[in-house]
Amino acid sequence: MTDTFTMDSPQPRLLDQTGQGVVGTPMNRPDGPHKVSGRASYTADTVMDNVLHGVLVRATIARGKITGIDRDSIRSIQGVIDVITDQRMIRNPAQGMAGEAPVQPGDAVYYHGQPIALVVAETFEGARDAAQRLNIRYETEKAYVTPEGTPDREVADPETAGDFDAAWKAAEVRVDQKYTTPSHAAAAMEPHAAIADWKDGSVTLRSSLQMIRFNKKELADTLGIEPAQVRILAPFVGGGFGSKLGLGPEAAAAAIASQKLGRPVRVVMTRQTVFDCVLRRSETAQRVRIGATQDGRITAISHDDTVSNLDGEGFSEPVSQASQFLYGADGLSFTQTVARIAATPAGSVRAPGEAVGMLGFESAMDELADSLGIDPVELRLRNLPDTHPMDGREFSVRGLADCLREGAEQFGWAQRGTAGTRREGDWLIGMGMASAARSSMLVKSAARVRLTGDRAVVETDMTDIGTGTYAILAQIAAEMLGLSPDNVEVRLGNSDLPGASGSGGSFGANSAGSATFLAARKIRARLAEQLGCSEDDLTLQGGRARGGNREMALTDLARDEMQAEATIESGMTAKSHFSSGFGAHFAEVAVNEWTGEVRVRRMLGVMSMGRILNEKTARSQALGGMIWGIGAALTEDMQSDRRDGHVVTRDLANYHVPSHADVPGDMQVLFLEERDDWANPIQTKGIGELGISGAGAAVLNAIAHATGKRIYDFPALPDRVIAAMEAAL
Amino acid sequence: MRPFDYFRATATGDAAMASGQIIAGGTNLLDLMKIQVVNPETLVDITRIEGLSEIVCHGDGLRIGALVTNTALAHDTRVRAGWPLLSRAILAGASAQIRNKATTGGNLLQRTRCPYFYDTSQPCNKRTPGEGCAAQGGSGRMLAIFGTSEHCLAAHPSDMAVALTALQAEVEIRARKGDLRRIPIQQLYREPGDRPDRDTVLEAGDIITAVILPAPLIGSRQVYRKVRDRASYAFGLVSVAAAIEMEGDTIMRAHLSYGSVAPHPWTDDAVAEMLEGQAASDALFANVADALISEGAPHPDTEYKRTLLRRTFIATLRQLTVLADRSGTDIARTQA
Repeated sequence: MTDTFTMDSPQPRLLDQTGQGVVGTPMNRPDGPHKVSGRASYTADTVMDNVLHGVLVRATIARGKITGIDRDSIRSIQGVIDVITDQRMIRNPAQGMAGEAPVQPGDAVYYHGQPIALVVAETFEGARDAAQRLNIRYETEKAYVTPEGTPDREVADPETAGDFDAAWKAAEVRVDQKYTTPSHAAAAMEPHAAIADWKDGSVTLRSSLQMIRFNKKELADTLGIEPAQVRILAPFVGGGFGSKLGLGPEAAAAAIASQKLGRPVRVVMTRQTVFDCVLRRSETAQRVRIGATQDGRITAISHDDTVSNLDGEGFSEPVSQASQFLYGADGLSFTQTVARIAATPAGSVRAPGEAVGMLGFESAMDELADSLGIDPVELRLRNLPDTHPMDGREFSVRGLADCLREGAEQFGWAQRGTAGTRREGDWLIGMGMASAARSSMLVKSAARVRLTGDRAVVETDMTDIGTGTYAILAQIAAEMLGLSPDNVEVRLGNSDLPGASGSGGSFGANSAGSATFLAARKIRARLAEQLGCSEDDLTLQGGRARGGNREMALTDLARDEMQAEATIESGMTAKSHFSSGFGAHFAEVAVNEWTGEVRVRRMLGVMSMGRILNEKTARSQALGGMIWGIGAALTEDMQSDRRDGHVVTRDLANYHVPSHADVPGDMQVLFLEERDDWANPIQTKGIGELGISGAGAAVLNAIAHATGKRIYDFPALPDRVIAAMEAAL
Repeated sequence: MRPFDYFRATATGDAAMASGQIIAGGTNLLDLMKIQVVNPETLVDITRIEGLSEIVCHGDGLRIGALVTNTALAHDTRVRAGWPLLSRAILAGASAQIRNKATTGGNLLQRTRCPYFYDTSQPCNKRTPGEGCAAQGGSGRMLAIFGTSEHCLAAHPSDMAVALTALQAEVEIRARKGDLRRIPIQQLYREPGDRPDRDTVLEAGDIITAVILPAPLIGSRQVYRKVRDRASYAFGLVSVAAAIEMEGDTIMRAHLSYGSVAPHPWTDDAVAEMLEGQAASDALFANVADALISEGAPHPDTEYKRTLLRRTFIATLRQLTVLADRSGTDIARTQA
């Protein structure tokens, strides 16, 4: 029953033939009313008897050792139960899909803000008070906290194709620019939270997590117990953006405290703690070199970068990911340097790689178009490679050219005019564009579908982090079984259920959606058998089954529960074909010539991202991504102290995500009709992260068009815009 | 947050005698208590005191009770007509939810948003005099450029207070023993010196009971121009509050104040004097702007504020004196 389907060859487009007509529709989220009425129970909402409250204590040195904890300093505080320190506590959240414990530091301090103890009290207020007043003694060590300052640098071997040096030397026109981007915070609305309840040798953990199948192993490994002794519940997650991929310190601490104290323990991070110790996106320093012939054929591409992370963390921001396949060249070269620093560790934050790499790369493309005197859309159209430039794989299906053309048409790109010539009062107006790309993945995922009469249940440990998983899995099952989606119940976020990919890397819909599809397909086969027809001959629609000249209501055909489980994993198609979402972003901005303020006036994203499962939730994700693009281009700027590395912008008043007033009313998203037969059996691609990939670059290129001047250090804050405008030509 | 006693005052006298930390809207104080930047033993809630929530005529001006919310004040039709600068400054700050809770008196007394003040792991002379200033040599984009001391570089965050300063409002203060005094708003704030923990001249038992607006500047043109890192809900990088009275092309009176650049709303009498009696021109504004920013920035991260203030000052005066193309600009004129 749990045999694994491997994606080795294109599959029939069954979802185009089933005829129930719910897949692709802009169906409302079934969980929506629960969320807006407060009935959806997020981790910290869970009410439990006898629960204790834990608050994490942060290290206030950049590197060293804890030499003493002065428990007397908080003894007088009412309701304080214990100060938990334990060799099993974790230094920081696990990286995405780690499946094992992160570094367990003991009494070592690796960065300012590291959680080093948990104060447990009868009330949250008491625990927080005690956590703030607890005296810790340290022995400090020398710490390097900035990527520029640290001697500890790891330079990777260049990834190359062809001969970049020769192509660069021979290029007739060259762009060679450096860009910087600051650290970013995931900034999920719901702070990280956990409630652990240890009973009879096993632990139940409620926590805000994106990838339960992996998190279960991470918690078991952290605690030194078997995965079978761990149960994780995360039915609702208030945004993740990568920051909840891995098990966090709050969850490990809650579990350890609950084991020790024999009561449930609740640990909710304050917003400041989220900034201190949840994985950030690394700052980047990028160098982009693009060489071309006079007639606009790109011959050389290089995108080198320096990112940072804490020692022992395997993740490094894959800055040049999209630069490696967007455009072709005779020679390509990509070299990454990782600077090891004593600071809040880095990990996956919404579209790791593309979100910041494309700011630099697509800005350089814009500059190349300027140098060549070729329209930026046209330059991109002229340089689309036939196959993946680095490894020669075929593209599964690439709608980039159509997105570029359609976007230019819809946006009125032809009216763009010369840079620096359009103004309205004190405001300079400009238009910019950029390509969008985000590679798409299929990750091993299982799901179970149960059908009784005309009602079905989908069960998987997949999560819905606000993306619409509850909606799309109901739609897939309803489509396959000929049911109204109202008759499908989707159960998620419970580690007792079949293990899914989890939500991350935009692969959740591809993976969990395919598993649901395959499980439902097995039930279709059984229904066909019971009806006495072939599977191909079976039509399921409106709760009725037809085939072989017979027709029956499902309530008669499936009186006893039918149950099927399916697992999918990636196979041969991923080796032969490269699957990626593509798109084109267009932006119009106004730049105040006095104050350097930038206002985005309108934006359009045209995207080809495979089959759209739900037009509404897909659009929301695309829009959300584009808004994050505005943030990366204009406002998001996580600042750290250059002496001890501590995060200075520790709340959402100082870390600026775009507010309503930063987002134009005129935000359009267009999906091009597409099926990716090589990707998975439901012909989808990842959606969530494509919206951000390239969106910020379109805004930055619009600033360059408005002002006639370029900015190389992002975000484009008012002072940087002024400095660019004041710079001599 | 540490446990505290809570006392609900029903009269200003009660509140003054209670010798605790006064709380009104609590939009800043509660944040500070949660992170233990301030740890009052007693909170004195003044929100039930009658007579402090009204806006009433006061001669040709207005008397604004200390408990009038930012929302009520910004939307008051008299304020919008006679002192539009004030209305606009308030609406340029915070968010709608915060403005609904925040009060007039509380807004004046809010603390700096310097991140080192908010982080108890960092030394801060404003929290504990003599402890040191972590902002010196730290990350300082939001710090002040004028009026700082070696002990504190923090900027005052209020927008409302900047407009009130330009409008020459007075603050009414009730002392513990009941006597009322009125001081110009500029005199409410102290220079930081070596005691940056004391933002204002208020003594123990003093309560702000009202803000008095003088008669409206009939026929003046008013703008509150705030530049910030995002379009809304962000503290200012710099702001210019300006009310200009003109005859023809000539600037007769210039009422100016600058926000987010000093430990209090900044004023510069020399700047106003350079403008008054002069015909509006780009050359004049450029000269005056240079005088305004003649002091150097005390922290490398705020050097940009001098340039930004200069440019914002010029742009604001150009708008108000109609040197600028008016499209896309937003100027209020006081009504008679």
